Amino acid sequence: MTTVHEPSQAKITEFEDNDQKPVGFGRMLRKEDARLLRGRGRFVDDVQLPGMLHLAILRSPFAHATIVSIDTSAAEASPGVKAVVTGETLKGLGLAWMPTLSNDVQAVLATDKVRFQGQEVAFVVAEDRYKARDALELIDVEYDVLDPVVDVRKALEPDAPIIRTDLEGKTNNHVFDWETGDEAETDAVFARADVIVKEDIVYPRVHPAPMETCGSVADFDPVEGKLKLWSTTQAPHAHRTLYAIVAGLPEHKIQVIAPDIGGGFGNKVPIYPGYVLSIVGSIVTGKPVKWMEDRSENLISTGFARDYIMRAEIAATAEGKILGIRTNVLADHGAFNGTAAPVKYPAGFFGVFTGSYDLEAAHCKMTAVYTNKAPGGVAYACSFRITEAVYLVERIVDALAYELAMDPAELRLKNFIQPEQFPYATKTGWVYDSGDYEPTMRLAMEMAGYDELRKEQAEKRARGELMGIGISFFTEAVGAGPRKDMDILGLGMADGCELRIHPTGKAVVRLSVKTQGQGHETTFAQIIAEELGIPPDDIDVVHGDTDNTPFGLGTYGSRSTPVSGAAAALVARKVRDKAKLIASAMLEVSVADIDWVKGSFQVKGDPGKAVTIQEIAFKAHGAGDLPEGIEGGLEAQICYNPSNLTYPHGAYICVVDIDPGTAEVKVRRFIAVDDCGTRINPMIIEGQVHGGLTDGVGMALMEMISFDEDGNCLGASLMDYLIPTALEVPDWETGFTVTPSPHHPIGAKGIGESATVGSPPAIVNAVVDALKPFGIRHADMPLTPSRVWDAMRGQATPPI
Amino acid sequence: MQVPAPFEYERATSVDQAIGLLERLGSSARLVAGGHSLLPMMKLRLANFEYLIDINPLHSELGYIRLGDDEVRIGAMTRHRELLESEILADVFPIFRDAEKVIADPIVRNRGTLGGSLCQADPSEDLSAVCTTLDASCVIRGTAGERVVTMEEFHVGPYETAVQDNEILTEIRIPRKNFRAGSAYAKVERRAGDWAVVSAGAAVWLDDGRIVDARVGLAAVGPNTTGIPEISAALRGNEPSEDLFQLAGAIAARSCDPSTDTRGSADYKRHLADELTRRTLRTAVERARS
Ligand SMILES: Cc1cc2nc3c(=O)[nH]c(=O)nc-3n(C[C@H](O)[C@H](O)[C@H](O)COP(=O)(O)OP(=O)(O)OC[C@H]3O[C@@H](n4cnc5c(N)ncnc54)[C@H](O)[C@@H]3O)c2cc1C
Repeated sequence: MTTVHEPSQAKITEFEDNDQKPVGFGRMLRKEDARLLRGRGRFVDDVQLPGMLHLAILRSPFAHATIVSIDTSAAEASPGVKAVVTGETLKGLGLAWMPTLSNDVQAVLATDKVRFQGQEVAFVVAEDRYKARDALELIDVEYDVLDPVVDVRKALEPDAPIIRTDLEGKTNNHVFDWETGDEAETDAVFARADVIVKEDIVYPRVHPAPMETCGSVADFDPVEGKLKLWSTTQAPHAHRTLYAIVAGLPEHKIQVIAPDIGGGFGNKVPIYPGYVLSIVGSIVTGKPVKWMEDRSENLISTGFARDYIMRAEIAATAEGKILGIRTNVLADHGAFNGTAAPVKYPAGFFGVFTGSYDLEAAHCKMTAVYTNKAPGGVAYACSFRITEAVYLVERIVDALAYELAMDPAELRLKNFIQPEQFPYATKTGWVYDSGDYEPTMRLAMEMAGYDELRKEQAEKRARGELMGIGISFFTEAVGAGPRKDMDILGLGMADGCELRIHPTGKAVVRLSVKTQGQGHETTFAQIIAEELGIPPDDIDVVHGDTDNTPFGLGTYGSRSTPVSGAAAALVARKVRDKAKLIASAMLEVSVADIDWVKGSFQVKGDPGKAVTIQEIAFKAHGAGDLPEGIEGGLEAQICYNPSNLTYPHGAYICVVDIDPGTAEVKVRRFIAVDDCGTRINPMIIEGQVHGGLTDGVGMALMEMISFDEDGNCLGASLMDYLIPTALEVPDWETGFTVTPSPHHPIGAKGIGESATVGSPPAIVNAVVDALKPFGIRHADMPLTPSRVWDAMRGQATPPI
Repeated sequence: MQVPAPFEYERATSVDQAIGLLERLGSSARLVAGGHSLLPMMKLRLANFEYLIDINPLHSELGYIRLGDDEVRIGAMTRHRELLESEILADVFPIFRDAEKVIADPIVRNRGTLGGSLCQADPSEDLSAVCTTLDASCVIRGTAGERVVTMEEFHVGPYETAVQDNEILTEIRIPRKNFRAGSAYAKVERRAGDWAVVSAGAAVWLDDGRIVDARVGLAAVGPNTTGIPEISAALRGNEPSEDLFQLAGAIAARSCDPSTDTRGSADYKRHLADELTRRTLRTAVERARS
């Protein structure tokens, strides 16, 4: 099932191929890039409507405080101001609270008290964004400051201040308890293990920080009763349905348009108060209203990611056979539980923490709590908490290797799930569709020159130099998901797709998913091209507008190709089936006597007698009768319900050097071998991998949203919240293997998040490996020079 | 988009005209040079001024690097990029190029100025540390004429300088000594373009293999960039050696006053003061010898 390819040498010659435009899969330049690179993209902030007003939000300076009073009179009198709205006004409209994606509620504007710094308190609508912003200064809010809950470990202490006083009868800060696996079985394997290794592992709070911040333009037409909403959303259809439910507007009178989106990474999955406020602003003023948050607002108030404190334990035999893993997690969910995950999965897909290994038992217990921090969770390219799961298992496996004095590559190879075990049911209830791990691992080791690297390391250690080699091997679970198990607020996670072939053989395909930079306009055109033999340039990909696309749940969790990609392939096959009937009539032979050869139907044994898909399309719309029972036109639609998730995997190897004097970490090399099944456009895949690896360097070495003891966010600008630049990353070395998904029509798995999920453990493992001479077995991210220096002196501390 | 509070804006036509405007508008006005420190603060509304006087039109008047026999004069409007690219400067004071390579990014360096950097008086400002290391003096002009102050006098406190509301910094003067000179700069940052966790500059002057003078300047380890006279005293008259650098490093570590923040712990910063002092002295001596 597996084919192993040579590592791709991304040299100049390959880029020449990009212009060759395959009719189907292969490298080609992205169709959307001509527009995006020439400044012809149209983002939400580019939307200009006649008479449009601007909205600015007043936010709480405190993490926890009662609102005593709000005086808006001076703001209302400020020049150019059209409306000032507070929570009290919204309360009157029944709009002060809205549901979150996890069946909690979140304040649209605070009424009783504020629960995190940056929370929305009031808004101003004015003639321009300057006047709106100036008027915010004139709103006088009197706060009565309360003690905040900042330290997540203290959130459940009996005397902790109660954050969610809005929830009736709530007497603590508990959100949920969650458990997976078998505790008794796991305890039993731990009891007979030769070695048990335990580590406390923190995955700090980070932020997706997309280049484009969140925003919207709402245009409510009071005559038609129709609301048009341009917004930065990764899930336009899901948002529309939720607006219908929240605002009580009829769904057919709401049009959500996601134009070009400047990066999402999960940050644009939730509905933020700002979107709702722009709608309220438009209804109140009768004018189109634009809201565009600034960078600080984005960093302090929108969906964060991670924030898990994990106790990990691994049990093994003395020979290095892993028996079981158990973990206890404390999850910080911020002030409202805004986690974006299928409802039956409050911890997302964290259950895959057993990784790529064949274990006898596993168990996880998790407690989630409220704190006075921004809500969110499960954002940032994490495949619904798989980032945390992979980090946990890959870190603890390395700690085991340390304890057993075994090579970490060898330990992994010894414990992999074997190819014949697939489909593989894990001890926590997941069924891995396909995988062949060893060739992937071996390819990465070969590309890295693993044995040579270890030799070099030994020589350097002898000279007192610090060099580290880190490995991570991950299995992802993406493509949510089967509707029997997975829904978001009751909406099943199946995706629609519509395909129409025009009379001249050009085509339009309409998708429910929405690219934020992933290249859908190219990838989906290539999927249709592969199935129908129509060149990708002849296929228009329409997405992001709910009035013009079929229903589906959007783009996140690497689900576009696994779900909508399958829908696109199948809808094309439906069209092809119909085309075959028309072709048989055109060729005057029976359907049994014709073959599909990409792009045309040919008479068996007589390739000279053939009709192309373009000719068939014209016939389908043209003059003259069609065969009996065949309607005119050549189009189809479908709604695809995946039977399982897809499980991509990969082997990553990172080489770091640490300056022993300053403790600065330099990522010298990074080898990433990914297996995402069938590869549609290798160039797009590499782009996704490069971006994700860069994310990984950021999280491992510098990114963290931290708070002071008063709950002030210390990462409120990009000077404070660091994201990596080209100077922090090496020349990526990428390779691949191909293990198709058995249940996906073209065998493709997701790739969007693999590198973000897989790279942080490789980098941290490399740093910890470099610090081995100091007797270090674990150090937490972010591995800033100061924190590495602490570790070198045996004083590593958790970041929170 | 972050938007500043309303302000009025005027482009300066000459140094004297700018001083006249400052005289008239007082503390409600601010000069804007590269704007890379001032504008972010205004956009975050940490600073609100009624008037901005743009001195970029004075670049032709105040943007220069002039090499004299006993001093180098650099105009306040000289941009980071010009300092980075100047061969004259790299030749006599390589510390400038070392520092400019690690200050911000090309976009900031294209606009940010020497004068703005010094006047911002951020304790982490790299060029302040460079000027401290080189014992520079600052030329300040007002209606009453010019005065010249040392770097110690120039920096009154964090974000505070000797430049009054109605004055403008016009020039930096760096003395040249008649000995073999070497200088170097090193910085530890969490990421390229970030402000220093700690940085250090060193300059040495050798005569007959002995140190006739040496100076060390540190950034980000106290309320202002810090020059350390005790190090100069310890080095003077000695032959350069690892032991001597170690001594200098130890003095640096104990003389500075860092605080713990998101960039690092005070202990770590103290360690860096030591480590970077040794490194820059080593390089400076190598350069003086070659
Ligand atoms: C992303 C980023 C990264 C940075 N990284 C670094 C770094 O790593 N190291 C570093 O040292 N700096 C760094 N800086 C700061 C940068 O060097 C600034 O350009 C510099 O601090 C200020 O220079 P400016 O010309 O832009 O000053 P402006 O912002 O224009 O002015 C700063 C202050 O000085 C006053 N002023 C300016 N010129 C004069 C004058 N001639 N006389 C009197 N007052 C004057 C202004 O009124 C204002 O109060 C960074 C800046 C940014 C935006």
